[in-house]
Amino acid sequence: MNHWNEESLALHYFGDAADGPEIERHLAACEECRALYRSIERTVRRLDALPIPERGEAYATAVWERLRPALPAPSGFRFRGQPWRWAAAGLACAAMLVLAFLAGRSYPPNRLPVQITGNTAMRERVLEVAVGDYLERSQRVLSELANARATHPLDITFEQQRAADLLRENRLYRQSALGAGDAVVAGVLDDLERVLLEIAHGPSRITPAELDDLRLRMEADGILFKIRVLGSNVRSRTEPATRQPL
Amino acid sequence: MESANLELVAKARSGDEDAFRVLVERHSRGLFRVAFRMTGNETDAEDVVQESFLRAYRQLARFDARASFGTWLYRITVNCAVDLVRSRKRRGELPVPELGADDPVRSLVCGDPAPDRLALSGEVRERVTGAMNELSAVERAAFVLRHFEGLPIEDISRVLGCNAGAAKHSVFRAVQKLRRALEPLVSTPK
Repeated sequence: MNHWNEESLALHYFGDAADGPEIERHLAACEECRALYRSIERTVRRLDALPIPERGEAYATAVWERLRPALPAPSGFRFRGQPWRWAAAGLACAAMLVLAFLAGRSYPPNRLPVQITGNTAMRERVLEVAVGDYLERSQRVLSELANARATHPLDITFEQQRAADLLRENRLYRQSALGAGDAVVAGVLDDLERVLLEIAHGPSRITPAELDDLRLRMEADGILFKIRVLGSNVRSRTEPATRQPL
Repeated sequence: MESANLELVAKARSGDEDAFRVLVERHSRGLFRVAFRMTGNETDAEDVVQESFLRAYRQLARFDARASFGTWLYRITVNCAVDLVRSRKRRGELPVPELGADDPVRSLVCGDPAPDRLALSGEVRERVTGAMNELSAVERAAFVLRHFEGLPIEDISRVLGCNAGAAKHSVFRAVQKLRRALEPLVSTPK
C-alpha cells in the first residue's frame, strides 16, 4: 500500500490538499497514516490553548488616540480660497515660531551624557534610565522631521543643532552599552547614529524633495520603530509596575 | 464589508481623518491578535499594531483598490512583525511569554493545578514557546494566518508575497517543526 507523506496529511488537515477525497479514503483504511494524521491533528489543536490577551472595545479607541498625533498631514491637503483659513494658519505659524524660540532658549544646548559610576548593577540601571530618556528625546527630533510637510525649502538649523547634541551623547551611550555587553542597545544606537549624522551634517535648508528622501530613508531603516520598541523595552525594565496594558 | 472599507479608504486618501479612524477602530483588535501570535509579547504586539497603521496611512496612496484592504493591512502587520521577530532572533533575544496563573497552556497536560503538575506545566510552557520560536518568521506567519486566522492559502500567499505552493510549504514546515517539538507532550491523550 502506498502511504501519504506528512506534507499531504498536514495540508489535508487544513483542507488544502489537492487529493482530499482520496486521502480521506486512504485514512479510513490505513492505520499507519491515520496515526500520523491524528498526531498532526493533536499538535495543532493543542496550540489552540495558547492564550491571547483580551482587548476590549476601548483598545481600538486607545490605538487611534496614540496614532493620531503621529499621523502626517495628508499630502493632497490644500486651503481652497477661504481667507479665514489662511489667517488662522498664519496665526498658528506665528504661535509655533514663538514656541520654537522659547523651546530653543530652554533646551540645554550642550547637554552632557550621564556619567556612569558605581557598582555593576547600579551602572546598568543608570545606563538604562539614561538611554530611555535619550531615546525619547531622539524620537521627538526624528518624529518632527518625519511628520514635517513643506512646499518650500525648510530651515532645519534648530533640528540639526539638536541632532548634533544627540550625536555626542549617542557615541558615549553606545560605547557604554558595548562595554556592558548589551548588543541590542548598541545596535539600535549605531543605527540611530547614522541617521543623526545625516541630519547634523546635511544642508540646513532642505527642499521638499530632500525632506521626502530623508523621510523615506528613515522609513526604510525603520529607525523610529526600532527606537520606539527599544524605548518601550527599556521603560518596562526600569518602571516595571507603571505600564498598564491598553 | 470590503466595499465599506474601500469607501473609507477613498475618503481617507482625500484627507478625511475620521474615515481613517473608522478603519483603525474596525481592524485594531484583529491586527493585535495577529501581532501577538507572531511576537508572543503584548508590548511588542501593541507596537507592531501602531507601526502598521502608521505605515498604512503613509502608503494609502499606493493601495490598489482592486485588492482587499484587510489583506493589505495583514500584509503590512505581518511585515512589521516579521521585521521585529527577525531582529530579535538576529540579536539572540527571544520573546518572553506573558502567561499568568490561569495559564491555559497548563491544560496541555492537565487541568489540575497541583504543585507537581504546575512544575511540569512550566516545562510544557517552555517547550511550546521554544517550539514557536524555532519557526522562521515566514513559517510562523503562514501558520498563524492559516490556523488561527483561517485565511485561505491564496490570501496568505498575497500577504507573504509568494506563490500558493510556497505558502502551503511554509504552513507544512511550521506544522512539521511543531509536531516534532511537541510530540512527546501530545502523544498520549487522556
